[in-house]
Amino acid sequence: MVATAAEFGEGAALRAAAFRPVQTPGRWFWPVFAALGALVAVAAAAYGYQLLAGLWVAGYGDAAFYGIYEANLVAFIGVSYGGALVSAVLRLTNARWRAPITRMAEAMALVSLVVGGSFAIIHLGRPERIWQLVTRPQAASPIVWDVIAISTYLAATLIFLYLPLIPDLAIARDRLGPSAGRLRRAFYRVTAVGWTATPAQRQRLNWSVGAIAILIIPLAITVHSVLAWAFSMTSRPGWHSTIFGPYFVIGALYSGVALVIVVVAAFRKAYRLEPYIGLPHFVSLARIMAVLGGVYLYFTFSEMLTTGYVRTREEASIVAVLLEGSFAPAFWGFMIAGILIPIALSLVPATRQVRYLVLAGVLAVVGMWLKRLLITLPTATAPLIGDVWGSVQFTWVAIVITLGATAAIPLGLMIIFRFVPILALDEMMEADSRELPQPVAEQPLGAEGVL
Amino acid sequence: MRYFTLTAQSDRVDLAELPQVGDSAVRMSRRQALLALAAAGGALAAGPLLGALVQGSDPADPTHQGMEPLPPRRWAMVIDLRRCDGCKKCTEACQAKHYLPPQQEWIKVYTLRDRTGAEFNMPRLCMHCEDAPCVRVCPVTATFVDRDGLVLVDQDKCIGCRLCMAACPYEARYFNWTEPKTRPPLPTKATPEFPSPQQRGTVGKCVLCVHNIKFGQLPYCLEACTMGAIYIGDLDADVATNGTETVRLSSFLSENNAIRLKEELNTKPRVWYIPGHGEDLEW
Repeated sequence: MVATAAEFGEGAALRAAAFRPVQTPGRWFWPVFAALGALVAVAAAAYGYQLLAGLWVAGYGDAAFYGIYEANLVAFIGVSYGGALVSAVLRLTNARWRAPITRMAEAMALVSLVVGGSFAIIHLGRPERIWQLVTRPQAASPIVWDVIAISTYLAATLIFLYLPLIPDLAIARDRLGPSAGRLRRAFYRVTAVGWTATPAQRQRLNWSVGAIAILIIPLAITVHSVLAWAFSMTSRPGWHSTIFGPYFVIGALYSGVALVIVVVAAFRKAYRLEPYIGLPHFVSLARIMAVLGGVYLYFTFSEMLTTGYVRTREEASIVAVLLEGSFAPAFWGFMIAGILIPIALSLVPATRQVRYLVLAGVLAVVGMWLKRLLITLPTATAPLIGDVWGSVQFTWVAIVITLGATAAIPLGLMIIFRFVPILALDEMMEADSRELPQPVAEQPLGAEGVL
Repeated sequence: MRYFTLTAQSDRVDLAELPQVGDSAVRMSRRQALLALAAAGGALAAGPLLGALVQGSDPADPTHQGMEPLPPRRWAMVIDLRRCDGCKKCTEACQAKHYLPPQQEWIKVYTLRDRTGAEFNMPRLCMHCEDAPCVRVCPVTATFVDRDGLVLVDQDKCIGCRLCMAACPYEARYFNWTEPKTRPPLPTKATPEFPSPQQRGTVGKCVLCVHNIKFGQLPYCLEACTMGAIYIGDLDADVATNGTETVRLSSFLSENNAIRLKEELNTKPRVWYIPGHGEDLEW
């Protein structure tokens, strides 16, 4: 049934661990799978209800035209970005410790992008007309820029996940045997594209992975900037801000790295990857997260200071509701629990334990989702004439759909790792082999010096 | 931030300075054209470009349907705030005759306070901006400018993204969050010029009663206004009327210190307001 260590050959233990989710996912797998699947199914049903009843069931109103779905759109696409960037930057800087976590980061980037992108459809009043974005686009519209940027980035994340997978798929093709089942074997045969690890193939692959790792950085920055610009291309207070592009990018990175920490920790525990992923990985990720959190804090401070200091009528009202008005508990809650505590947990030596770092990640992810609500809601409900504020209702439809989308991320990852190894095998073995010192001592001493 | 900005009146009503209205459905400013070029170049995608080309020659374009070969107008509206008593008959007439759901106040009467604390009423309809932010952000050209400079919505094309609502500085746009319960008694085909019944999941707004003014009839809000506070006019013909008196538009605007809402945003509204007698305008 299961490929034995002997069948895996070289690096057997590592390969067995990486393929464990494919072969024997564990007794918990199907119950968890069913629970997450049920959440997604309920969300799909809620969306069906929304289609029948109209968007009002999601808590919108004319004085609150954007709300939870738009925050979800930004938040979920944001975390995708962090996954891609961590992997790309660590690849380009040749950080060898990255090898065991890149696969999970890249898969998370893909899944959360698909989930986040779906909110671009869920929030529409007429989703059945979305094809018009292709057939009659109006090029000056930020939403058309979004469509172009997100679809390009989706293609890039797919490639970025796939290319480093090729050698691993070849391992699966060669080693898993008939026990993997007909479907998987066909899948591996096709997707391994005849990889035999020849030097020429390896050279081409390395070049391609390097190229896509470089490409995906500007692409990811573009995606999130354009998403920010959809807000800041309006004259609304709180949105019409020159800082919004980079502000969104940093927020995305911060939440993305945080989710990488959470995802890696969850799958490490579920699939017993402790021998390959240890505390140093989490410490390194948490440090990156802490730096990004600090930059986000700085951006937030900068925005609040410049708008709050000049206090033009409309901008001042947004600053006021955030700092001392109806949104103040959420805002200060985010500042403390969403930024300061995660930074502290990440950097203080006393909390240098996996569980505290995971807690920091969870706080940062949830906090950044809240922050996206704090970006959409005050401005979308602020009056432009007069002083009557609108309000968004947190309806069960919006909540269920949001929960379903959240559940879809682990669900999607669980499905992906039923087919592909959870660890980047080839990269890890390559990293190991490069770290092994050459057997210098076995060379005849001074053999060349004599000449 | 001020809602009204006082600038030299001669600047505003100098007709020679106002741009001419073209025939195309969506007039592109130079900035829009640059943006469009940049976006198209960045796309590197044949699909959108192809679509843009096809769209230019779309015979089903609403602006080319049922339009008589009349000379183009440059419609303008003037609201005399000195006369508005806040009775909301304009809102009621508009809603009744366009069969609008109650929350859709295409002309909405705000009760505001000026800096002295005195209350005043301000009816707000679509400003039909010459450089309309809503038109610029619409991803599918569902909202467009007709040849007379009116900003209209084709609800058959609207995808319901609501970015136009975000972009509009005047809160003039409404969304059909649910199936509209109010419908015309006879089953009629809704058009951008008479969008009744409203379509669920799309955006609706004031059409300046283009269905009336095109045929020499008055807008419903104007007809309903017992105070004579609302004027409709044509910047080219330089006349305006509130139904009982006719004024020379340019001198009416300049002599009464007419202003436009949020002038600083450069949207160039086609709706002017005549504020009260020497009141402080910075509310």
